Amino acid sequence: MHRRTLLSTAALALTLGFGSAAAAQDVTAGFIYVGPVGDGGWTYEHNKGRLAVEEHFGDKVKTIYQESVPEGADAERAITQMALSGADIIFTTSFGYMDPTIAVAEKFPNVKFEHATGYKRADNVSVYSARFYEGRAIQGHIAGSMTKTNKIGYIASYPIPEVIRGINAAYIHAKKVNPDVEFSIIWAYTWFDPAKEADAARALIENGADVILQHTDSTAPQAAAAEAGNVITFGQASDMIEYAPTPRVSSIIDNWAPYYIDRVQAVMDGSWTSEDTWDGIGPGMVGIGEITDAVPAEVKAEALDLKAAIAAGDYHPFTGPINKADGSVWLAEGEVADDGTLLGMDFYVEGINAEIPQ
Amino acid sequence: MIRLEKRPQPSQLWTYLTPVLAVLLTMLVGGVLFAFLGANPVEAIRTIFWDPLFNAQFAGFTRPQLLVKAGPLILIAIGLSIGFRAGIWNIGAEGQYIMGAICGAAAGLAFYPSESFLIFPIMIVAGALGGWAWAMIPAILKTKFGTNEILVSLMLVYVAETILGSVSTGLLRNPEGRGFPGSRNFKQWDAAHNSDLIANTGMHWGVVFAFIAVIGAYVLLTRHMLGFNIRLTGEAPRAARFSGVNPARIILICLGLSGALAGMAGLFEVTGPAGQVSIDFGSGYGFTAIIVAFLGRLNPIGILLAGLLMALTYIGGELAQLMLGLPGASIQLFQGMLLFFLLAMDVFTNFRLRIGKREVA
Repeated sequence: MHRRTLLSTAALALTLGFGSAAAAQDVTAGFIYVGPVGDGGWTYEHNKGRLAVEEHFGDKVKTIYQESVPEGADAERAITQMALSGADIIFTTSFGYMDPTIAVAEKFPNVKFEHATGYKRADNVSVYSARFYEGRAIQGHIAGSMTKTNKIGYIASYPIPEVIRGINAAYIHAKKVNPDVEFSIIWAYTWFDPAKEADAARALIENGADVILQHTDSTAPQAAAAEAGNVITFGQASDMIEYAPTPRVSSIIDNWAPYYIDRVQAVMDGSWTSEDTWDGIGPGMVGIGEITDAVPAEVKAEALDLKAAIAAGDYHPFTGPINKADGSVWLAEGEVADDGTLLGMDFYVEGINAEIPQ
Repeated sequence: MIRLEKRPQPSQLWTYLTPVLAVLLTMLVGGVLFAFLGANPVEAIRTIFWDPLFNAQFAGFTRPQLLVKAGPLILIAIGLSIGFRAGIWNIGAEGQYIMGAICGAAAGLAFYPSESFLIFPIMIVAGALGGWAWAMIPAILKTKFGTNEILVSLMLVYVAETILGSVSTGLLRNPEGRGFPGSRNFKQWDAAHNSDLIANTGMHWGVVFAFIAVIGAYVLLTRHMLGFNIRLTGEAPRAARFSGVNPARIILICLGLSGALAGMAGLFEVTGPAGQVSIDFGSGYGFTAIIVAFLGRLNPIGILLAGLLMALTYIGGELAQLMLGLPGASIQLFQGMLLFFLLAMDVFTNFRLRIGKREVA
């Protein structure tokens, strides 16, 4: 209790001290990254968002960041130091920063926090994420249509709902166009480890997979697929266009820039409130990278139709009938999944012949 | 003509001088590196070594954080150094650290939500036992079958990491965590929370135990028969055997002790700064502690100072990233330089630099 008072006094003093300067011109926006800014995937896109903020506001906004912050005990210190350094709004861009963000936010009531992909909120903590599963549905459609071996390899990161949701969305849509399709899933237990990711990709390819989907952030699986030949992949988080037209045939692109600009603007105007944002293809938070000519024209057309239907809100990737892996009914004919279930998804859908690691 | 001449005895002076010179050289070369990256080198070095301690804006927070960061490093390094003195190379402290955290946390969580004052002591004992048991695997394999403890203890780190992933998503997962991996947060459970003993000082039980370990190791190595036997085993194994030292016993004691200390470090970390058992709990303290042990010359007081210095470069490095926008990799490079220069300067402990012509004998 004592410690909290001390720190918040410090925070208050800081906000006051910096407050006078801030009123005149600027807002300081801080970013905590889980990987290096050059990972080519997740962190790279968040950093692009940061640069877009700088460009949009020019001199009025100063941005600071810290990269490769481990998701453990170090995160809380890194976030605290950022708050102490005078940041007005701090974006913590990985799931593992959830508890540290909440803990630091309690001590700095005047600093705004934005936590990506978590679920814990407070008066000065917003959460935001993107409906990546909408992109996964389109990926699944292309993957299911194009596989010749009927084996699709999936490099998963951590068994959290976001990742499981992606696997399910991809599987459902691959299965729709190709009833014989099978998924093999490797859990890498990392967001970014090029060596591990490449190993996983090679193992999957050796087992006959000719499509590799990834939920990890580096381009190493793309390189492994290029080396193997006759394997297709999809860019993850970032376009990864340097691997087009093959192996990379399309991609899911995270587009955080509009959101970041919006939120920084809100701090500037004094209109910032704690919110829960979960946007998809429609509002532009999830983008689908160019589908290359390696994809047959009719498959490409179908994929684009699917994208348009999702963007317009006419189609939800989780529409019944869908059973859970244990055979029980999840969604009845025509029923659409609710966000609560999706956010806490801890089961595979029927047909995925694997166990979620425990 | 410059050449190296082997000293008959390692130089006492150079033993104490090399760490200081290594730090100075690291500052110098690191400064050049930072200058190439477009930062003001003086400012960068000041941010790393001075600001965490004395910057008005940060020091109130970062000074206690030095203890938080150094505590586990010192505790683990002390245990390792005793083994290293005896020529027993426990490279797997990271695994023992993880297993200590898992066992200690599990022992506590079994009593959730009891508020008994016994919970935390039970957890400490369970944490120490977890680390001890994990270290006993290489110890017993070495004494019974003559396996190499370096390989076995290192490989067991990866096993421990896999177990960590498994319990975070299964056995120890927070039942109220909406299916997300990770245990309950100990910070929200007073009986099991390893909080600051005096508010806002960073002084938690792990730091206290680290200091006790430093004193204990000092006494053991300088005043106790067992300490003498350990040193003798390392410096002259044959002589040790002739004087009746049982090598198997030394192996079991050294590995067991370092395992127990690493396990306790893990427990203090998981109930304090980390707060919960999660997939990413292993933060490399077990490996960094090896550097700390050598930077401190395997001497308890040296390890204490080395642990604090290492913590300083971590926290100062973070500030440098934040305030000067230096890339994270350059900070790691900077820390690596420290070890590199230490090892390079060590040459002067064992060799003398001669300038001039070789004397003809």
